[in-house]
Amino acid sequence: MKIIIDSSPFDPWRILDEYQKNMPKLDGQYGATAVFVGTMRDFNEGDNVSEMFLEHYPGMTERHLENICQQATGEYQLLESLVVHRVGVIKPNDPIVLVAVWTAHRKQAFEACREIMEDLKSKAPFWKKEQLNGGKDRWVDKNTKGY
Amino acid sequence: MGIHVKFFASMRDLMGDDRDIESEIIKEKALNTVDDIWNYCAEGKERSANVLIAVNMDYVNGQSQIKEGDEVAFFPPVTGG
Repeated sequence: MKIIIDSSPFDPWRILDEYQKNMPKLDGQYGATAVFVGTMRDFNEGDNVSEMFLEHYPGMTERHLENICQQATGEYQLLESLVVHRVGVIKPNDPIVLVAVWTAHRKQAFEACREIMEDLKSKAPFWKKEQLNGGKDRWVDKNTKGY
Repeated sequence: MGIHVKFFASMRDLMGDDRDIESEIIKEKALNTVDDIWNYCAEGKERSANVLIAVNMDYVNGQSQIKEGDEVAFFPPVTGG
C-alpha cells in the first residue's frame, strides 16, 4: 500500500508501470488490476475554469487515505493498492488523482477501486478552489455524486 | 500546552488564521467541548450544519470533549478527487 500526495504534476501511467515493476510480491499472484484516474476539466457548473488550487490537511489526509486503503485491503483481499493525489496549483488536463488496486479476481478489483475512490471523495480532507476565466475564484462546495 | 485551532479552505476565509488558545483561557472560560472552542473563536459567527470537525485528525462532533494539547480543526465538506 502506498499513498503519495504531491504538488508536482504526475504521469499516472508511468507511476503505475514503475510501481508494479517494483512489487515482486505481485508476480504470478494478481489476475486483475483496476485503475481510476481523475483529471481536471476546464468547466464546472456552467463556468469556464482556468486553474484550480487544491488544499489539504497535512497528516490527516495521509492518515485517512491509509485507513481507507487498509479497510479495502481487508474487505476485498487486495494484494496491493496505490493512491496518488495532487495538491497545489492544477491546470486543466492535469491528472488529479490515481487509484489502483491489484487483486486475484476482477470483482474485488472493480469494487475496491470504486469504494476507495468514493471514500476519498467523501472523507479525505482536500478542498478545491477554482479560478474562473475572468479572474473570479470560488471554493467548490460539494463533489458530484459518484453513485 | 493549550489547544491549537485550525481552519481550512472557506472556513479560514470566515474565521481567519489558525490560533492557539492558552491554558489559562481554557480554564477561565471553561472550554470543555469542541462547541465551546467554536463559540470562543467565532465571536458570534454561525457555524453551518455541514461544517466538519476533527480533533487530533479524527472526525468528531461538536459535543466531543477536548483536552490540553489537542489540535481542533474546522473545515467545509471535502472536495478532493
